[in-house]
Amino acid sequence: MDYSSSNLFVQMGEWLSDPVNWSGSRGIPMRVLEHLGYVGLTMLIACAIAIPLGLFVGHTGRGRVLIVSGIGILRALPTLGMVFLFALLFYRGVLPSVWALVLLAVPPVLSGVYAGISSVNRTVVDAARSMGLTERQILFRVEVPNGLQVMIGGVRAGILQVVATATVVAYAKADGLGVFLVEGTQINDNGRLFGGAVIIAVLAIAVDGLMALIQKFAISPGLRAQQPPAGPLKESGRQEAVASAQGGTT
Amino acid sequence: MDWVQGIVEYIPANAALLRELTGNHLVQSILPIVFGVLIAVPLAQIARLNQPAGAVMLTASSLLYTIPSLAMFVFLPLVLGTSILSMVNVVVALTIYAVALLMRSTVDALNSIDDGVRQAAVAMGYTPLRRFLTVDLPLSVPVLIAGVRVISVTNISMVSVGALIGVPSLGRLFTDGLTRNYPEQIAVGILVTLLLALVLDLLLVLLERGLTPWTRATPARTARAAALEARTVAA
Repeated sequence: MDYSSSNLFVQMGEWLSDPVNWSGSRGIPMRVLEHLGYVGLTMLIACAIAIPLGLFVGHTGRGRVLIVSGIGILRALPTLGMVFLFALLFYRGVLPSVWALVLLAVPPVLSGVYAGISSVNRTVVDAARSMGLTERQILFRVEVPNGLQVMIGGVRAGILQVVATATVVAYAKADGLGVFLVEGTQINDNGRLFGGAVIIAVLAIAVDGLMALIQKFAISPGLRAQQPPAGPLKESGRQEAVASAQGGTT
Repeated sequence: MDWVQGIVEYIPANAALLRELTGNHLVQSILPIVFGVLIAVPLAQIARLNQPAGAVMLTASSLLYTIPSLAMFVFLPLVLGTSILSMVNVVVALTIYAVALLMRSTVDALNSIDDGVRQAAVAMGYTPLRRFLTVDLPLSVPVLIAGVRVISVTNISMVSVGALIGVPSLGRLFTDGLTRNYPEQIAVGILVTLLLALVLDLLLVLLERGLTPWTRATPARTARAAALEARTVAA
């Protein structure tokens, strides 16, 4: 594409404002949808694995050491390498990339669910038990509502990492927002390269903002009334600390 | 098992390349940790003493934390004026993430210190700076190291991404392996990455033990500090 200036910011602006880039199967909206498709499928599989496991370990306390060390090893796996390895071992398609991303998404969701259940005050759980609630009722009526914000914090951290990392699948199969970076580098089109990077960053911030909103409203009505008015630092308190400690974007 | 043999044969045949890439990889993962701690600790203290400024800093840092690393690697050369192939971009990007993550947990750690301990130090005539360096800071080491361990693991996996835009690291084994259709090379890269993460994590555990002798001398750590540390580790 021809730009009116050699200034990179001008090129970026011109690429982003060119209507050609906003239509068709290779346009920005289509790539955003592809990207979100990868994220959605990955999170669906990751949650189906991690949520039941986290609830079980959090409630019973069994297998704690096993999942903590498992989470550590999964965190250390370089997702870039896993995406490329799966692409070569299986095929360059959607599912191998999704499975590599699942390995990235499981640790934050699992540790969030587990931390959420463990964060519930033990006296509350004991009170529920002494009132005659069954274990299932304790889990779903006491522990889950009380730990919900922390649990959603884990899902939020997972989504953020997957949105960021789904960029690399474009290097294995031309899908998602990473395509603009691949093409921008290959054909030396800086407008496309930087424009693509901006869209990835904006998408990540938008999705994370949406999750922050969901997290805020996920507080059980019974607990809402008791929330003391919090200062600016305390407001972002425990859940955020857990969520932010859940490791980096990739 | 042909592929196991492929992996075993790859390592001695490419020892020089592996050494060079591992060195690059370590520099890019360790420097951000060091810079991160050096920047985050003073910022956390400022955030604690000045709450409005703290709220602004925490919001800004969590916003920066949200920006995907590949986008950051592409953009930083524009801001810093560095070459796009420079390791500086990766180091700066990972330092930003480290500061964002450490600042929050350090604020919590400093807030969790028993006020009685602080008052005792003041009563003994400690100046504010000396008290911060010799009382507050050592007591927050367990939480700080818990955060650093999370960062070191994620950094080591994230540095690879720089290879996509040409910054040398073990990630080059992945990009090369993909273009040459050579899965054994990718597998070696993954194994070396896991090994680095494990070794660095062990070193950090040892460092923590060295820096906090009192945790073994007296088991009576405050429940709050222990809970806070457990949370950061679990997360």
